[in-house]
Amino acid sequence: MTIFLNKDNKVIVQGITGGEGSKHTARMLAAGTQVVGGVNARKAGTTVLHKDKDGNDVELPVFASVTEAIEATGADVSIAFVPPAFTKDAVVEAIDAEIPLLVIITEGVPVQDSAEFWAYAKDQGGKTRIIGPNCPGIISPGESLVGITPANITGKGPIGLVSKSGTLTYQMMYELRDLGFSTAIGIGGDPIIGTTHIDALAAFEADPETKAIVMIGEIGGDAEERAADFIKANVTKPVVGYVAGFTAPEGKTMGHAGAIVSGSAGTAQAKKEALEAAGVKVGKTPSETARLLREVYEALSA
Amino acid sequence: MDLYEYQARDLFEKYGVPVLPGIVADTPEDVRAAAEKLGGVVVVKAQVKTGGRGKAGGVKVAKNADEAEEAAKAILGLDIKGHVVKRVMVAGGARIAQEFYFSVLLDRANRSYLSLTSVEGGMEIEQLAVEKPEALARIEVDPGTGISPEKAREIAIAANFPAELVDKVADVFVKLYDVYTGEDATLVEVNPLILSEDGDVIALDGKVTLDENAEFRHAGHALLEDKAAADPLEAKAKELDLNYVKLDGEVGIIGNGAGLVMSTLDVVAYAGENHGGVKPANFLDIGGGASAEVMANGLSIILGDEQVKSVFVNVFGGITACDQVAKGIVGALAELGHEANKPLVVRLDGNNVAEGRRILEEAAHPLVTLADNMDQGADKAAELANAA
Repeated sequence: MTIFLNKDNKVIVQGITGGEGSKHTARMLAAGTQVVGGVNARKAGTTVLHKDKDGNDVELPVFASVTEAIEATGADVSIAFVPPAFTKDAVVEAIDAEIPLLVIITEGVPVQDSAEFWAYAKDQGGKTRIIGPNCPGIISPGESLVGITPANITGKGPIGLVSKSGTLTYQMMYELRDLGFSTAIGIGGDPIIGTTHIDALAAFEADPETKAIVMIGEIGGDAEERAADFIKANVTKPVVGYVAGFTAPEGKTMGHAGAIVSGSAGTAQAKKEALEAAGVKVGKTPSETARLLREVYEALSA
Repeated sequence: MDLYEYQARDLFEKYGVPVLPGIVADTPEDVRAAAEKLGGVVVVKAQVKTGGRGKAGGVKVAKNADEAEEAAKAILGLDIKGHVVKRVMVAGGARIAQEFYFSVLLDRANRSYLSLTSVEGGMEIEQLAVEKPEALARIEVDPGTGISPEKAREIAIAANFPAELVDKVADVFVKLYDVYTGEDATLVEVNPLILSEDGDVIALDGKVTLDENAEFRHAGHALLEDKAAADPLEAKAKELDLNYVKLDGEVGIIGNGAGLVMSTLDVVAYAGENHGGVKPANFLDIGGGASAEVMANGLSIILGDEQVKSVFVNVFGGITACDQVAKGIVGALAELGHEANKPLVVRLDGNNVAEGRRILEEAAHPLVTLADNMDQGADKAAELANAA
């Protein structure tokens, strides 16, 4: 099994006619994702032409709203490639349409917009799972890709991965390409995000096909510390961790809006110690992390 | 982006938060003129983005213009925790009856906002939170509904303000929340918020952090940035739209994706332990599309750092194709010509890696070494930096 996303999900793209939306619609189709349409109010009623994974033409309808797209196609997942200034409106629209899963790729969303749409999602009963913003999305290799992760790094397998970073997700999938992954989720590097490490850990724990979990964190906030508490209390499967940013200076934002060390809070060292105290083996480098994962995985089957 | 106190004061005034008059000055002469203009007792306050100014001698009360000028001479040029004072604010004096604390900030853990309020102000809030947690009212603020007049009263009551002050401080809380949302801040802090002997509630000192992601809807925010205080290489990188942070080290770093670049810094630092203790010289994320132009801009920034002895280019081609990155490197080296004078270690993996490596091997640039993986590349770059 996979978590949050499988081959049966029907996917729409908010911003399907834009540059990024168009490029990644093509890549998702090539990865086998069932993309069934898109949304752009100004181009409603038109279609966009793409190829499916076998190279056949597919004509995807463009709808005026997420609600209309769901009614016409039965879509249950949406992915937003919408500029930062319009992201909040796009998210509210998807929440109003009660889409079960929404992935927000956009980088540079004002954090108060994220706080507001998160509060709105909660008020509406939390019917929409949000992943992102500022994330690479989610991939269940061999089944479906809703995001921008390269689909050809590796295939299906027993490892679950949750990460704040896109390229570190790719790096780790590459390091462990011989094992493969059930699902890999990039939850995003912003200070406020929808799905958290804990949400993903809980889902991997419940998924019978996921045998071991890799958790990648980075400096800033205390999400890793809270994940460590959760692991200690709730996760029976082996978890291996990696934290980026040991050399980051205090008070400087390292690329991701959320990656900042404030005083002694948010340091990589504090996160590593919290994870180790919860029984998680933490690698110093991505390659060492992969080696540790291999060890715990092999110990399972021994 | 953290603001200076005087910038926070100006924003407060714009939103109707009661503040004292304040004039910024960069020389003792200007301080004298400001003190004469304000008249009476003034306070000369160092403008630095760090706490503990008072203890470091950065805040002085002056009874007249002569004293203000003397205070300025003492404060300007002072080093406060590594921040050299270049500017002061001359503020009007107030007779303080009581000191309070108020802040509203982003609460990452709860994906919400949080207000912190105390009737015991003046102390550093971190210290108060540890020593007297019961004196600090922590109230969640729903981003959907914010701090309404009712919510502000709830906060004031929770913080144990005396009944006769509740309405007065609640009005200030509402206005401070207007600053928070109106300016897309992630922190608005007033410490101290005071009650004067005349019975006025006044924000005496303020700290504001603005969300840089929201700059597109605040034309004025870019002007608040202190370009003179920024590292010259960081300023140049910003002009070129590069995500660059200067560090203290010898191995220049270029990579794609914030997480991978952060990780690269760490791996280089570990490798440096075996090579004379060399360290990463910078953070530079060139993002998804590594064109020759972006690569050339990145390399020119890094080679402009005199400390740099070698450069490690670490790219995992996800969306970016490695052949494009390889062409970018070759193009950048051609563009930079003799400016490119430090050895480059390049690690490519992922999308189109074989073609990327072929392009670099064929170009056979004397400065370029190819690495098989991230660890090996970091080790080689550290070794080269140490040998230089």
